[in-house]
Amino acid sequence: MSWLRRHVFTTNHRSVGLLYLALVAIAVAIGVVLSLLMRIHLAWPALCFPGWGVMKPEDYLALVTIHGTLMVFFVLTIGPQNAFPSLILPGQIGAKGMAFPALNAVSLWMTALSLFVLLAAFLVPMGAPISGWTSYPPLSAIAAAGPGQALGMDCWLLSLAIFAVGQIFGAINILATIIDTRVKGMTLGRMPLTVWSWLISSTLVLPAFSVLLAALVLLFCDRHLATSFFVPLGDAVAGHVIRYGDGSPLLWLHLFWFFGHPEVYIAILPGMGLASSLFANFSRRPVVGYKLMATMTVAIGLLGFLVWGHHMFVSGMNPYAGTAFGLTTMAIAIPSTIEVLSWMGTLWAGSKRRGGLILKTPMLFALGFLSFFIAGGLTGPILAQPALDIYLHNTFFVVAHFHLIMAMAGAFSLFAGVYYWFPLITGRRMNETLGRFHFWFTLIGAYGTFFPMHLQGLAGKPRHYADLTGPAASLLPNLLPSERGITFSALLLAASQTFFLVNLIWSALRGLKADANPWQATTLEWRPSSEEELKLIRHGPYEYDVAWTESDFIPQWAEGGDQE
Amino acid sequence: MPATFTRTPAHEVERKDTGIGGRPPVDKRPTGGGGGDENWDRHGHGRGGPRELITRYRMALIFGLSGDLMFFIAIVSIFFARQATGHFDARNDYVMDWRPIYLPSILFINTAIMLVSSLTMEIARQQLFRETDVMDEWLGIGRPMSRRATPWLLATIALGLLFLGGQWIAWEQLSEAGVFFSGNPASHFFYLITGAHGAHLLLGLVALGAAIAGVYWLKRVEYRQILVDCTAWYWHSMGVLWF
Repeated sequence: MSWLRRHVFTTNHRSVGLLYLALVAIAVAIGVVLSLLMRIHLAWPALCFPGWGVMKPEDYLALVTIHGTLMVFFVLTIGPQNAFPSLILPGQIGAKGMAFPALNAVSLWMTALSLFVLLAAFLVPMGAPISGWTSYPPLSAIAAAGPGQALGMDCWLLSLAIFAVGQIFGAINILATIIDTRVKGMTLGRMPLTVWSWLISSTLVLPAFSVLLAALVLLFCDRHLATSFFVPLGDAVAGHVIRYGDGSPLLWLHLFWFFGHPEVYIAILPGMGLASSLFANFSRRPVVGYKLMATMTVAIGLLGFLVWGHHMFVSGMNPYAGTAFGLTTMAIAIPSTIEVLSWMGTLWAGSKRRGGLILKTPMLFALGFLSFFIAGGLTGPILAQPALDIYLHNTFFVVAHFHLIMAMAGAFSLFAGVYYWFPLITGRRMNETLGRFHFWFTLIGAYGTFFPMHLQGLAGKPRHYADLTGPAASLLPNLLPSERGITFSALLLAASQTFFLVNLIWSALRGLKADANPWQATTLEWRPSSEEELKLIRHGPYEYDVAWTESDFIPQWAEGGDQE
Repeated sequence: MPATFTRTPAHEVERKDTGIGGRPPVDKRPTGGGGGDENWDRHGHGRGGPRELITRYRMALIFGLSGDLMFFIAIVSIFFARQATGHFDARNDYVMDWRPIYLPSILFINTAIMLVSSLTMEIARQQLFRETDVMDEWLGIGRPMSRRATPWLLATIALGLLFLGGQWIAWEQLSEAGVFFSGNPASHFFYLITGAHGAHLLLGLVALGAAIAGVYWLKRVEYRQILVDCTAWYWHSMGVLWF
C-alpha cells in the first residue's frame, strides 16, 4: 500500500513520468497488435482468424481508427510531450519539480481515464468507431452511418475530450515550469534544445487542443442535440436522407486540422530537440548554430499553425486556398532543412575528431531518427503540391509519408530517450549488444515495412480499404507480393521489439552500474546528486570540445569560467 | 496597538521560508525571473518567494484562459462561417437557412449585473493586497484582510447567481417564443455560447466559494492572496468573454 502511494498515487514528477511511459507502453502494444491484424488481412484477405473468422470491412476500419488514435495521441503525444518532460524537465532546468505537481498528476490520471474510455469502445454494443482517427462527418455525426458509429463513436468523443483537457493542463504545467522555476543563471540562451522544444510544443498544445475540444463539443451537439454544424442538408448516409439543417463537413475539417497539424509538431519537436542534444553529446562537439536552432524551433511552431489546409486539398476546398496552403507547407521545409543541416554539421565535426562519433545505442537511435526525418521529410514537399496530392492523397503514399516522418521518427526518438536516460532512472546502463540488435532489426523492419508503401501508393493502391472489389480489384494481384513483403517486414519489426523488452527488464535488474554522468553529458539532469544544492549556473548547454580543461567538456553545473 | 499583543492569535501562523529572507508577502520589489537578461548577478533573485509564487499561479491561469479563449474563438468563427453558408436547392436558387433570433432584453440587464460583479470582485481582490492589513494578518494579530474581503466576495457570488438566473429566464423566454436549441443554426449558437459561458461561470462560483473558505482556512497568507487573486482574474475574463 505504501509502495502504491509512493510510486503510483503520487505527485512526484519522476513517478508521474514513469507512469506516463507505462501508458505509452500499453498503448503502443495494443496499437502494434491492431496494425499487425490489418497487415495480415491485407496480405491474406481470406484468412480465417481463430475465434473471430474472416475480417469484415467494418472490423478493418475499426482497427484503422483505434490504431491511429492510440498511436497519435497515446504514444506520439504523451511519450515526448508528457512522459519525458515529467521525468527530465525539472532536472534539466535545475528545478526541484514541476511548477504544479498536483496538476501534473491530474493530467496523468485524466490521460489514463481517456485511454480506458477509448479502449472501452471495443466492448460496447456494435464495437469501435470506424471513421478513422480524423472522424470526418457526416459519417461521424450520424449514428446510423455504420456499426460502431453509435456508442463506439461516443466513447471516442468522450475519450478525446478528456485527453484534450488533460493535455491542456499538462501544457500549462510545462510552460509555468520552464518560465518560472529555472535555476538562477539558466537564461533562455542556456536552455538545452530539448527544453526549447518543450516550450514551443506546449505553446502549440494550448490553442490546438482547445480548438479540438470545441470541435468535439460541436460534433457532440450534432450527434445528440439535433444541431447541424457539420451535417449537410439532403445528404444520404447509409440510406437515411438528412432532412434538417444546412451544415458543412468542411467546417469540421478546418477545426480538426487546425488542431491536427500543430499536433504533429507537438509530437515531433521534442524528438528534434533530443536529437540535437544527443548528436552534440556523442559527437563531443557543440550544436552548430544553437541560437539558430532555437529560432528555427520557434519558426516551425509558428508555421505549423498556417499549414492545416494541406490535409484538405481533395476536400472540395477553394483551390486558391489550396495554393496558399501549399506555399506555407513548402515554407516549413526551410526551418526543417536548417535543423537537418545543423545536425549534419555537428555530426561532421564529430566525425573529424580523433575517435570519430561515439556510436552507443542512444546515438544509433538518434541517427535512425535523422534518417527517417530525411526520408519521410523528402516526400513532404511532394505532397505539399495540390496537383500531386490530388493523385496521391488517398493512397498508401501518404501512409508511407506519415509513418516514416511521424511514427518511425517519433518512435526512434522515444527509444533514443529511453536508452539515453535509462541510467538516470535506474542507475544502470542498458545492454549495448542487445541495443545494437534492437536498432538494426528495427531499422531494417521499419524501412522494409514503410518504404514499399510509397511504390504501392504510386501504383494507385488506396488507403482505408479492407479489400478492393470491382474494377479496382485488378490492381490487387499485381500488388499482392509486395503486400506480403510488407507484412513479413511488419512482423519482423514487431518481433524485434523483443530485444528491447528483454534489455529493459534485464538491464533494470542486472545491468552494469552506471556512473553519475555515464555519457559525459553537459546538461543539468546528469548533475551528481551527491553535489550540494545548485545555486547558479554559468555555462551554456553544449560546451563540448573545450581545449583548456582536462576532460573535453564543461557541464552546465561546473563552477566558474564565465563564458560571456 | 499594545492591546493586540495580549490577544491570542486566531491560530498559529505557519512561517516557512518564503525565499525572500522571511519577509512578509508585501514585497513589491522586482525579484528577477526575467527571461533573456544575461546578467543574473546584478539583481537579487528571490526564488520561490511569494511574489514569484503568485506570478506562477497567475501565469498558469493566463495560459489556461488563453486556451479557453481559443475554444470560444473556434466556436465564434464557426458561427460566422455557418452564418454565411447555404446551398443550392432544386431550382438552383441559393438558399440560406440562417434566421437571426430576437435577443430577450433581459440579456442587457444581465450584462449590467456582470459588470457590477466584476467591480465587487475587484474590490475584494484589492482588500487582500492592502499592505497594513497584510502585515497584521501575516503577524497573526487578526484577520483584517479576510474580514474585509468576505462581504465583497459574497456580493460577487450573489451577483453571479443573479446573472445565471437571468440567463435562465432568457432561455425560458426564448423557448416560450418557440426558439429551441435545435431550432435553427442561430439558436444553436446562442444556446451553445451562453451555455458554455454559463458552465464557466458555475466553475467561477465554485472558485469563489473556495476563495471564501480559503481566506479563512488556508494557513499561509500567500496562498490566501493567490486564491482570491486568481479567482478575480478568472471572473474578470469571464466578464470580458461575455461581451
